[in-house]
Parts: sequence; C-alpha cells; structure tokens
Amino acid sequence: MSTDTKQNPIAQNTITIDGQEIPFLAGQTIMDAALAAGVYIPHLCHRQGLTPHGSCKLCVVDTGSGSASACTMPAVAGQRISNNTPALNEVRKTITQMLFIEGNHICPSCEKCGDCTLQAMAYHLGMLDGHFPQFFQRREVDASHPTIMLDRDRCILCELCVRASREVDGKNVFAIAGRGINAHLVVNSVSGKLVDSDLETSDMAAHICPVGAILIKEHGYEVPIGQRTFDLHQVSEIGLEKTIPTKVRQPDE
Amino acid sequence: MSKIRIATTSLAGCFGCHMSFLDMDERLVVLLEHVEFNRSPFTDIKHCGPCDIGLIEGGVSNVENVHVLREFRDNCKILIAVGACAINGGVPAMRNHFNLRECLEEAYVNGVGVENPQIPNDVELPLLLDKVHPIHDVVRVDYYLPGCPPSADAFLKILGDLLAGKEPSLPHNLLHYD
Amino acid sequence: MSISSADSNFSNMTDLLRSIISRVYAESPHLLHVLYVLQRQFLHISDEAIREVAAHLDLPTSQVDAVVEFYSFFHKIPRGRYDILFSNCTSCGYLARGVDLMAMLGQQLGIVADNTRGDGLVSMGQTSCIGMCDHGAALLVNGMPIVSLNAAMIARIAALVEAETPLEDWPAGWFQVDDNIRVSGLLLKDDLSAGTGLRAMLTHGAADTLSEIIQSNLRGRGGAGFSTGMKWQLCREAQGAAHYVVCNADEGEPGTFKDRVLLHSYADSLFEGMTVCAFAVGAKQGYLYLRGEYRYLLPHLQSVLARRRELGLLGVDILGQPGFSFDIDIVVGAGAYICGEESALIESLEGKRGIPRVRPPFPVTHGYRGQPTVVNNVETFIAAAHIVLRGSAWFRAVGTEKSAGSKILSISGDFAAPGIYEYPFDVTIWQVLDDCGAKDAQAVQVGGPSGTLINSAEFDRRLGFDDLSTGGSLMIFSQARDLLAVIVNFAHFFAHESCGFCTPCRVGTVLLKNGLDKIAGGHGTRHDLDEMQRLATLVKCRSHCGLGQTAANPILDGLQRFPQAFEQRLVHRDFEPHFDLDAALEEARQISHRDDAAAHIE
Repeated sequence: MSTDTKQNPIAQNTITIDGQEIPFLAGQTIMDAALAAGVYIPHLCHRQGLTPHGSCKLCVVDTGSGSASACTMPAVAGQRISNNTPALNEVRKTITQMLFIEGNHICPSCEKCGDCTLQAMAYHLGMLDGHFPQFFQRREVDASHPTIMLDRDRCILCELCVRASREVDGKNVFAIAGRGINAHLVVNSVSGKLVDSDLETSDMAAHICPVGAILIKEHGYEVPIGQRTFDLHQVSEIGLEKTIPTKVRQPDE
Repeated sequence: MSKIRIATTSLAGCFGCHMSFLDMDERLVVLLEHVEFNRSPFTDIKHCGPCDIGLIEGGVSNVENVHVLREFRDNCKILIAVGACAINGGVPAMRNHFNLRECLEEAYVNGVGVENPQIPNDVELPLLLDKVHPIHDVVRVDYYLPGCPPSADAFLKILGDLLAGKEPSLPHNLLHYD
Repeated sequence: MSISSADSNFSNMTDLLRSIISRVYAESPHLLHVLYVLQRQFLHISDEAIREVAAHLDLPTSQVDAVVEFYSFFHKIPRGRYDILFSNCTSCGYLARGVDLMAMLGQQLGIVADNTRGDGLVSMGQTSCIGMCDHGAALLVNGMPIVSLNAAMIARIAALVEAETPLEDWPAGWFQVDDNIRVSGLLLKDDLSAGTGLRAMLTHGAADTLSEIIQSNLRGRGGAGFSTGMKWQLCREAQGAAHYVVCNADEGEPGTFKDRVLLHSYADSLFEGMTVCAFAVGAKQGYLYLRGEYRYLLPHLQSVLARRRELGLLGVDILGQPGFSFDIDIVVGAGAYICGEESALIESLEGKRGIPRVRPPFPVTHGYRGQPTVVNNVETFIAAAHIVLRGSAWFRAVGTEKSAGSKILSISGDFAAPGIYEYPFDVTIWQVLDDCGAKDAQAVQVGGPSGTLINSAEFDRRLGFDDLSTGGSLMIFSQARDLLAVIVNFAHFFAHESCGFCTPCRVGTVLLKNGLDKIAGGHGTRHDLDEMQRLATLVKCRSHCGLGQTAANPILDGLQRFPQAFEQRLVHRDFEPHFDLDAALEEARQISHRDDAAAHIE
C-alpha cells in the first residue's frame, strides 16, 4: 500500500464517518482525513501542523474495534467510524465538564471570554453547568513577563504551547510537571518564571493557548462583545479552520 | 387557570441577574398575566411559600445562603440555578484561592485605610463558609440558566418553555457564560 | 549572617552538588539515579539541585523539575532523616492488622501523616503497595522494607527513631523478606544453573531459538498476554540503529509480589532469558527497570550480574561466541505505578515523566530511544529461558492451547498461608482457594485492582487468557471483609497513580474517589450511585492507556456483583450535599471565636 502511494499519490483508501465515505492518504490519522474532507470532529488539544497529542479526549470516536482518539489513530481502509452521535457528544460534554471543574474557569472575569475554544466547545455540546463538584485547586499565576501573562487557573493541559514552542518556535519554553490531578504547566527557566524564559510575543506559543491561560498583556477586551470569535462563529467552523487558516509563523515575522 | 408562582433570590451574587430579568421591559406585563411573584426582591416578601419555580442567583458563601437555598428547595417544585455564580461560584468564588483568614485579614485588618482593624464577629452576622460553592453542591437543582447575566431573552425562553409544559432548552445564540 | 558568608555557603553547596552529580552520573548515567542520590543525601531536591542536574546532564530545567514532581519518592520539601512510608495496600497496608498502625506510630512520634517533624528527624506517610502482601503490614524506612508489622514493633520503631539508632542496628530479622513459595510448578521447581539455557540457545542458533519461543505459545505474563515469540520477531525484523531488551520489573499492581521472589531467588534465570531475547532480536544492551520499592534487591541483582560477567554469560563474545555481546544495566524507578505500562516505562528509562506514549507505533519498532525494543515481564523472560533449554513441547504440555504453561500467582488476603503459588493455566479459582485453605471467601480480586472482582458464584471460572487473566495478583476477601472499603481503597490508589495525561483518567479517577468516599461515609444517595456507574463507564471506555481503562473495574465489578455493599450505605434522601457544610464553617468559627447555634449547620 505504501509503495503504491509513493508511486501514485492519488491512490487513496477510504474510511466512513457516520456513514459518509471519506478518502485518506497513507499516514493520515482519522482527524487528518476528517478535517481534509470538511467533517468536524470536536477537539481541543489538536492543531494541524503540530504533533498529535491525544490527551484531551474530546475527539474520541468509536471505530469498529472500540474507542479511539481521532487525532492519533491512523486511518485504516474500511474503518467505520461513529463521530457525531448523541452518545459520543454526551461523553464529550462530560469530558468538557471535567476540564471546567478541575480548573478555575470564571468566564466573566477572563479576557479570553468569547474567544475561548473550551467555552465554545461547551456551547457546541450544550453544556449548561459543570455538573461535578468543583475542585477549586489553587494554581499559580505568573505575571513576571513584561508582555505575556500565564494564569494556570485556566490551563487545560493540552500542551499546545509546549509543542508550539518546541516544534515551531524552535524553543522549549513550556513543559508539564507533576502527576495526576497535580499536573501543571511549568516554565523552562532558571527561576521557573516566564520573565527568565526566552518566550517572545511573536512566538506561536504565546498565541496558541485555546483558553485564557497564556495571554498577551494589555490586549484584553479589545473586541466588543458580539464581535468576538465565538460570538460570530461555531467552534466547528474554527475547528475546521474555515475562518482561521493554520499558519506557521515564519522566523522573520 | 391559576398563575404560576415564582420566587427569586440572590445569594452570593450581585443582583445583576435580577436586573437582567427586568430587562424584559414591556414583556414583563405579558409575563405577569401568567405568573405571580412570591418571595423576591421584586415583592419584598421575606419568606418563600409554596411555589412552582424558584430562581436562584448567586453562589453559596455563608450560613444564611444555605438556609435561604434550603427554604427555596423545600418550597419550589422546580429550582433553577441562574447565572455564573449560582452555577460555578462565579466571581465570588475567586476568594477560594485564599483561605478565609487571609481574606478577612486583608479586608478588615491589613487593608489600606482600615481603621480600628478587627474581624467582625457579631452573632447577627452569618458565618462564612471556607469556600464559595455553586448551589448544586448543596441542593438538587433542576435546571441551569447560564450567563453573566443571562439575557432577558434567555429568562423568557426558559420560563416560556416551562409555562408551555416543555423541557426547557436554550438555543445556541442564548447560551453564553458571560 | 553576612552577605559574604552566605555567598561562601552558597558556593560550597554548589560545589558539593556538582561533585555529587558528576560522580553519580559517571557511575550510572540515569537521571533517576542522580536524583535518588540527591534525595537521600539532602532529604529533598532543591531548586538549586534541579538547576545543577539540568546543567550537568544537559537537560532542560523544566524536564528535571517535571521528573522530580512526578515520582512519589522525590521531594522538594525535606523529608526526615528517617523517612517512613507505610504501604496502603489492602494486603500489606497499615490497616492490614485491623488497627491503624500509621496513626499509632504518628501518635508515638508526635507527627501527622504526610509531614516531616519539626526537628527534621522523621517524616511519615503512605505509599502504594510495596509488594510485601504475603507478610502482612509493611513499611519502607529509608527505602528498606520492614515486614510483618504489629503494635509492639511500632512502639520499638518509635523508640529506635527517637534514639537515632542507625538502621544497621535495628533488629535484622525485621528486614528479612522470605519468599513464601507454597506451590511450585513448571518454573519454580528448579532454577536453571547459570548458562545452561544460553548454551542450548547457541546450539540452536538465533532463528531456531526464536521459532522455539513462537511454537511454545508463550504469552506475556504481565497480564496483557501478547505472544512473546511474535513480539521478539517483530522487534528482530524492525530496522533500527540498535535493538534493546527491557525487563519490566516495575511490579506495582497491588497484591502482586511474585517478581520480588523471582528477582530474589531466580535472578539467573531472568538474566538468562533476557540474554536469550538479546540473541534472538540482535540486541547489545538490556535494561532491568526495577521498581523503587524493590531497591533493597539492587545489591543482590548487581552481584548476580557481576558473577555472570565473570562467567562469560554477559559482556563481549558471550560464551566465546564471536560477535554476541550483550550486557544489562539496572535502572531503579522512584514510585510510580504507571511505569509498569511499557511505553511509560520506556519514557522513565529515558529520564522523563512516566507518560504512556501514543500507540501505534509500538515499542517493538519505536521503543527505547526510538529504537526497536522488546519489553517483557520478569516471569516471561524466565519462562523463555526454560523453553530454550527444555523445548516448546515441554512448555505446551502444561496449560491449554491458548494459555500454555504455568502462571505464578501472588496470593494474599484473608487466609492463613499467603505466598507464591504456581499453577498450570486453566486452574479453577475453587482449586486455588482449596489449596490456600481459604474457606469463607466472599470475593476474589483476580489480577489486582485493575483486574476482575468475582463473587463466589464464579469460583468455577478458570485462570487463563480466555477467562480470568492476571498479571499474578490474587486477593482473597473473606465474608468478614468490608468490600466497599476495599473498592474505596482501590479508587484512592488509581487517583494517586494516574499520570494526568488524559482528561478522563486525570479528572475521572479523582471524581470516582470522591464519589466513593461520599457513599462510604454514609452521605451517598441513589443518584450518587448512578453517577458512579456512568462516570466509571466513561473512564473505562475513553481513557488513554491501560491505567485509566482499568481504574474503574473495581467499581463496575462491585456494582454488578456486590450491589448490596454500596446500597446498604446509601441514605434514602433526594439529595445530599457534596461537602460537609458544618465542617466548612469550622475556619470561620475559629476566626470569630463563635460557637453559638447560628455558627453551625445541620
């Protein structure tokens, strides 16, 4: 199969997602194939161009042989995948509620409100409340950097910033430390503070945060309510990158 | 047909949800053909009698909030958590980052411009819980109406559904957390 | 203190750190080993130590920091000079004797669990199962196990600590860990004398050795049961700059201690098996990943390795075979159950947090340092060594077609003779219970908390990959046992051991733990029980790795087979608060010095 693909890049196999036949190329994941075909599979920790991570589990789908993360599971010819089903969306809603209650997501006081993918995901899934008892964890805020803010209360541990820094910015500013519910984002600097890291405002890692954990200072609330990203768009449109094309920042930008 | 009886209150909240409710403006007149208010800041009735619907704004921050919330649960057939604070503690829950002593000392002892610094302990004052909680941590909640505040349209939609005997639901354009 | 003397202290500490780090790293180039020595010497790993380690090992500071915070045996806050960790397992935990031995010691030493005493002499806490389940209650003091604890010993331990008696002068018998082999079968009957398997292997050649392993139908003994021969073959065929053989001796499943015994008394067979594997797949380097709780076995294992090198069974041109070179390094973990998952183990070997990798690709093609790697259980390698010597037919003659050979079981719980029992696969639970003399069992936990909880109606079920699969743990619970307490214990275990990578497991295991605590505490309603069922199913079906996928098993099995254990604790009310309202007022009562009626809530 792989040899065929090399000789003839058009050679394709197909999978089906909710009955819709979708082509894929060798090496593509279910998510890759779905996004290329304009089929939305909910996701938070995935971004085209970065190494798939498979941690948020919003993209769980059912393949014939069980549950899989669409973003990391290779597409295999003939796979019959369930994606947009009430049962799976209920699972996704519960997982989203888990993300809300483990952190401290006070939407009304967050500059990311209206542009937050977690919040938009919750809207998409019809989440009305956190359902579970809140953990009220105490997490550290790092305001040391002159232009970038790190508020760990809002971090969902998706590691988009970790990967963007390593894979796109050519740096290694972020990492996850700790275990289990104590896992938390740390900064790779002598003091552990952002100010001593080499993070710059132009880095992809400074902008990729899907929630309000990493923010550019002095640029909050610039867009009026009603005109923010998710006032105008569904998370599924953004997820399909119909409105914000993935763009890898060039070093000279 | 007798009117649907509604009670409302604000626990650890800012009454913003109540203000938003009043943003129904002239539609209130229509609504009042179908509903009447029991305990509520709108009526100044001090205790909740048997009601069809209870609307709770605000989280649970102190002993009095617990008592009021329980009174509503005991008397309302349907209890609705209204707004960010009732649903996840909201802005008042930001004090959960600190322990109670730190909060009180900052406010009443170490704060700038505090005179005669002391932490109030009059028995008339309801004691504070160590954390601010959403109301569903304390009583069973039937429905949730998110928003900070929920818009008047959202109130109207939920109440309209309930008055029509339907399962309440919010369309996407009325579902927001801010 | 003047600034200059602070400076000179600082520079002394820096020099000291640097000299320790470079010495340890030169001896054994593994991050976990460097951190272990620092933890032992300074009783914690300071921010400065983290920076120095990062600099010396050329690692990001964040990686060293992340590792320190990941493993239970590393601390950023100083522990005591005597650091005492009680096992909290249902079989070897501090409650195993029916009294709270940890509370007892804490009272005598004037110390609260999870704390270091003000004078820095002693710290005390609890840790997940330390594999001493055949010995009753057990603890680790500075990493050394003390077994068969009782109240009298607790009093003596307190006195020895207060007198600052060196561990060498504590009663030697306390540290004696017997094998307790009760029933020997295929593998335990006789140990291989060093080198016999290797000589047989060299006679057959690599290809025939591999086909013999394939024909034996040997399957992995860790519990998952993948074909060992196929794993070796896939690794052999995989392209890579180097191939690696890794032995998973991170035996963390509560109730499992058979690897402890195998490492203690059958180490030659184990290393023989690893060497056979190396020959079959073309590996030059092997690693034994030893769980931190078994560090006390390290000197013994190293002496076996040294002797094998002297005998020409390890090293260059093994047994005179030109070009057949292989050696084994031991890497010791630091308290993380997740590292028993093979890809997390590999991450840990590489000096990282033990986070399970995305699979595929599997370790056979992309393992240690991205190279083809075989990871097998201790028992699997030992079986392989026997198979090479005695042939696949010898092995297949025992057990069944799909579950060939024997299974070494660690059996513990409520009966008189806990220990090691080796059975042919296909043995019934009845047979095992009968041999153990366990007469009034109400339930058996097969395969540890991540396995299956069965009731007495199912005791005719059989051990094997087709029915009851087990990595080796069997816990027997008598009629007197509070099964809900057992299930609560397991829920705490998984919440503590979840690595935190994926949402369902990271958050879900904590929600399950909290929910069960509520029910066990007499505050659960029917609604809470339904929630447990829903949540447990989600955690099981949607988690990233085996830990999350099995963490809810005890709850789901319990709800299905022992519903009364939950239901008898329920309160028959519409709703119960998710927290203790009156306790939530305690802080305010203290601050306001109030205790009137209005200062309480029912």
